[in-house]
Amino acid sequence: MAASCARTVGLFFGKCGNCSWNFNIVTSQLSRQVQRRQICVSSALHRKNLAAAGPEKFTMEFIEKQIEEFNIGKRHLANMMGEDPENFTQEDIDRSIAYLFPSGLFEKKAQPLMKHPEEIFPKQRAVQWGEDRRPFHFLFYTGKQSYYSLMHETYSTILKVEKHQDRLRAKGLLNQDVKQISLSTSRWLTKEELEALLVETISTHDYDRFLQLMGRLLAMPHCATEEEFVLRYRQQLEGQSPKQMMPALERDDGGVAFSTAEGRRKTSTCSVVLRDCGSGRVTINGQDYLHYFPVLQDRAQLMFPLQFNGVLGRFDLECQVSGGGRSSQAGALRLAISRALLSFLSEGEMENMRQAGLLTSDPRVTERKKPGQEGARKKFTWKKR
Amino acid sequence: MAARALTKGLLGLRHSRAVTVGYSSVGHQYTTAASTESPQQPARDVTEEILNRSLEKPDFFRVSEFFSLKDLFNARVHLGHKKGCRHRLMEPYLYGCRLDHDIIDLDQTVEHLQLALNFTAHVAYRGGIILFVSRRRQFCHLVESTAKDCGEYAHTRYWQGGLLTNGPVQYGPGVRLPDLIIFLSTLNNVFQQHVGIRDAAKMNIPTVGVVDSNCNPSLVTYPVPGNDDTPAAMELYCRLFKMTIKRAKDKRKQMELLYSLSAPSTPSS
Repeated sequence: MAASCARTVGLFFGKCGNCSWNFNIVTSQLSRQVQRRQICVSSALHRKNLAAAGPEKFTMEFIEKQIEEFNIGKRHLANMMGEDPENFTQEDIDRSIAYLFPSGLFEKKAQPLMKHPEEIFPKQRAVQWGEDRRPFHFLFYTGKQSYYSLMHETYSTILKVEKHQDRLRAKGLLNQDVKQISLSTSRWLTKEELEALLVETISTHDYDRFLQLMGRLLAMPHCATEEEFVLRYRQQLEGQSPKQMMPALERDDGGVAFSTAEGRRKTSTCSVVLRDCGSGRVTINGQDYLHYFPVLQDRAQLMFPLQFNGVLGRFDLECQVSGGGRSSQAGALRLAISRALLSFLSEGEMENMRQAGLLTSDPRVTERKKPGQEGARKKFTWKKR
Repeated sequence: MAARALTKGLLGLRHSRAVTVGYSSVGHQYTTAASTESPQQPARDVTEEILNRSLEKPDFFRVSEFFSLKDLFNARVHLGHKKGCRHRLMEPYLYGCRLDHDIIDLDQTVEHLQLALNFTAHVAYRGGIILFVSRRRQFCHLVESTAKDCGEYAHTRYWQGGLLTNGPVQYGPGVRLPDLIIFLSTLNNVFQQHVGIRDAAKMNIPTVGVVDSNCNPSLVTYPVPGNDDTPAAMELYCRLFKMTIKRAKDKRKQMELLYSLSAPSTPSS
């Protein structure tokens, strides 16, 4: 009732916002644009066009003042926590802030933080000219000096490599096999990363041109002489090895070989210990699997990896599972069993398992509900009129 | 016209514009009233002396020594485009037409080039900002390297609309626009006149331009009729402009040293 009152009041205010009279609005969450003001003052005079100003600019003095305040605050914080002000690192600061201002919010960006101003305020260009007002950079008048100087530099390296090739051709040594730059372990920097590197905005067209020019450099056979220049604009990829990660094969006291693996599906997590005993017993959370999974479908899911490799009676399973429902627990267990089985199998059998999809974790999770709909996909009743 | 442009350039380049007229009268008095002068006065007088010295001789920087007609001929500067591409306003600068190819009159080119180089040298001598512009993709790297070597500026890329006319918004408040723009090719990639010529004329910035037989020389302050397509010709122009600018800057440093050595002696007398 109160909420609907507030909404109607808000609508009323919204309509009156266009007129030139104001209220001292108490319910400010309804419209943030209209500012608190005394009665009978026209708001049209004071309203700022917030969109036209662009991103906020900070002067160098302001940033320096912020850095000073940060350093002083860091020392105060160290004193408060009873630690050494000289050796107070950023991790200590984060820890102290989390202790002094505990926050129940989930959004990390909404939690209180104390970081060096360099990390908070976006990097900006300092003034580009000196005392005599002559600009520092020779391409200043193009507007995009860093980008064009990068293109200029790239073209210079192309010319250098061409000259090198011409010299080799004159000596007749051009057709020797040359080491090529290995490009498989890295990728080009994205547009955003390049913008951050150059501290300048680039359009997609410019970015494509840059990649084309780099491609032209790499097309030359002797480009390995300028490898260092090329690698500056490439990002190393994390090691993507085609090999499957398999759990280690351990031996317990008694000489029995066993391996442990974990699996997840939807919200269930489980861990499985696969023992090479010779019996076919399966224990889940202390219970027998017939009791834990009365339904045949779940037990079939458990047995599928063993049946696929033809080792049904050989292994002993000891499982711990929690979370989720009946079917998702069964799926998690199946994945864990397949992974644990890898250490007992050959390469060919491992490949077969991979092809069968036993080693792929199922990425399907519950889809979120969207506003304006009943559920994730279900819509409200459609009325023709 | 050249003298007017020079004086306009003078007034434009001096920072303390309002005080120049007043100071010339005070300058005669300072030899007698030595005790009452401020410490900035000797510096200003030295600067004035240096600047006035450069205007005494017609070819103070001896730019005519840099090139001869033979050099221009060897660099194929006289080769124009075909008769069909000829611009009506370039007809006075052409020597003739042979087998449909226009030949540019190198005598006129020599005069125009000397005027242009002299003007460039004077601008560089006074610490002016020089901007090299060319929209030829072939020579973009050459022009940028030339500008970098001289310590001046270059723009051989896509010309955004408001670079000169909307300077404070584009670059930031308080920007200093170029004092001279040198067009090593007045046409853009679509064979139309470069926007920079019109913008420089709007902003009262003098221009030096190499005009080929298909270009419009009307808005260029110091047109230099010559070939802008051959690499040899472009390398020649770049070399000439680089030499003049370097010589002018060296001369300025020389004069400053000379006068700063001799200046302390005069006030104390």
